[in-house]
Amino acid sequence: MMMIRIGIAVAVAACLALGLAVPWIKTTVIVGVCYALAALGVTVLLRAGQISFGHAMYAIIAGYTVGFLARAFPQLDGLVLIFAGTLSSLLAGAVIGLFVVRYRGIFFGMLNLAISMVLYSLASKLFDITGGSDGLRITRPALLGYEFERAGFESAMLVLTLVCALVLGWWVQRYFKSAAGEALAGVKTNETRLEYLGLSTYRILWNGYVLSAGLVGLSGSLFAVVQGLVTPELGYWLRSGEFVFIAILGGASHVLGAFLGTFVFECVRLVAAAFLTGVWQMLLGITLIVVILTAPSGIAGLLRLHTIRVARQTA
Amino acid sequence: MNLDLLVLALADGLSYAGLLFLVALGLTLIFGVMGILNVAHGSLYAFGGYTAASLSGIAIQWDPSTVLLLACLPAAAIVVGVILGAALEIGLLRRVQRGDAVVPLLITFAAFMIFEDLQKLLWGTSPYSAPEVVTRLGTIDVAGGTFNCYQLLLIPGVALAAYVLLEFFLKRTNLGKQVTAVTHNREVATALGINAKRIGLVTFVLGAVLGALGGALAAPTTSLLPGVGTDTIVLSFAVVATAGLGQITGALIAALLIGLARSVAVYMAPELEVVVPYLIMVIVLLVRPNGLFAIAQARKI
Repeated sequence: MMMIRIGIAVAVAACLALGLAVPWIKTTVIVGVCYALAALGVTVLLRAGQISFGHAMYAIIAGYTVGFLARAFPQLDGLVLIFAGTLSSLLAGAVIGLFVVRYRGIFFGMLNLAISMVLYSLASKLFDITGGSDGLRITRPALLGYEFERAGFESAMLVLTLVCALVLGWWVQRYFKSAAGEALAGVKTNETRLEYLGLSTYRILWNGYVLSAGLVGLSGSLFAVVQGLVTPELGYWLRSGEFVFIAILGGASHVLGAFLGTFVFECVRLVAAAFLTGVWQMLLGITLIVVILTAPSGIAGLLRLHTIRVARQTA
Repeated sequence: MNLDLLVLALADGLSYAGLLFLVALGLTLIFGVMGILNVAHGSLYAFGGYTAASLSGIAIQWDPSTVLLLACLPAAAIVVGVILGAALEIGLLRRVQRGDAVVPLLITFAAFMIFEDLQKLLWGTSPYSAPEVVTRLGTIDVAGGTFNCYQLLLIPGVALAAYVLLEFFLKRTNLGKQVTAVTHNREVATALGINAKRIGLVTFVLGAVLGALGGALAAPTTSLLPGVGTDTIVLSFAVVATAGLGQITGALIAALLIGLARSVAVYMAPELEVVVPYLIMVIVLLVRPNGLFAIAQARKI
């Protein structure tokens, strides 16, 4: 436990120091943390043994909510925009969840993919509303009433995303260890037993689904505000695939998995952008196959990061 | 919407439904026998299409007969289906057969990512097409409109033939009966002496060829672009889900329903074109959660 806490403190300090010292790393770190938050959302479902190939749709829902609001009310505070974006994806997740949570496995994954494809095509085709593939520009909002210059704004966003990541990471880890979180993991191991215990698997999975939608939505809102732009690409299937990739690579046994997975993912991406242009998806695909065949529990599994089960504590 | 336009939409829809059915047939067949949803199926469609376009492009330089030009299409499908299908099955899926249900889904998704880039490396990002065959086959006048024979007769014809042949194969031939047996219960079939591994390979390759054939037949009338694989897998999943996973006759009806509805939407409300198939799917699934023609299954505990 102590090791993990020290590790987290060092990592956060390193992110802050690097981000504030080297300007170009700042956005890289912010984008990285956004990816990690979204992958954390996918990880929540992975614990229930479910994979969503369309979760980027919650990033696009949140992103466009931010875009529309910022266009309609330019004086809105950045924090309000981010909150509203996250709220919109929570609501969307609650409604879509009612439908998709009836399914498991193949149907669950593919229905999410289908819905995300529809949203992606609507975002690209309804040019008058969404600006088509050019997307929507978001002018830099004030944060807590302060108007920042670009550098100051990015520093503030860096701190904000890190705080979000820390708080949510802690909270989601608590959720994993709570009765509701253990029940969610029970959906993967034995659903029938859960039902016999008098728990509604529909309800349990729905809760997990809404949480995962909110996490991806927060990541999308932060991303939109930092970039000052939302495009349909935010909800493209490849994005969803990248989230799944990170979640699998990181492993679902601990919240840190998503963050460690993102770190590796971002490193590989930096290398790929420099030396291997045009084969990014291929690289992701090959790595995914290698991870599944050789280390199915991901980095968190390799590092033996496990949530402490209630049974073991009492024993 | 006037009547002429409706006829036009129906003719379009018919050929579209034919292509959709071929792809969905491959997908549903593989699922029925192996319990795997092949996410890379859309890439097989794309590879089939690109290979057919390239092959016809080469053939045209020798001034070939129409028959030879037509033969390029199934030839491309067989080459792509056999090579990629066998590679996927033997190289990847066989290794994870016994794992949990999500693993094959992830593996084929990974394969799909690899194929998408491979396709861009091989054929680039400029559009590909092979329109020569369509002009060679000429046109036909039906109900006051002029249509090309390729779209109105050949594609629906091939789709129907594939359906009839597959039904014949599954119900009347020895190998087909073995496939049906494995679909029904893999363990019992193995105990009866059926080589389930071989049946798996045969089915997977057959399904892959059907997917590639859909792409190959689409090549003359549409232009292939990167991203076609994604659209195809999602759309054919919509068909298969509407019908009920593993339902062959159901897939035929669902493909017709979705194909026709989509092309009517193209003429009436073009911006809703992409939404219509999924709208149908969602409505069907809300009423019948396992698809229109799914048979109730006993719950295994």
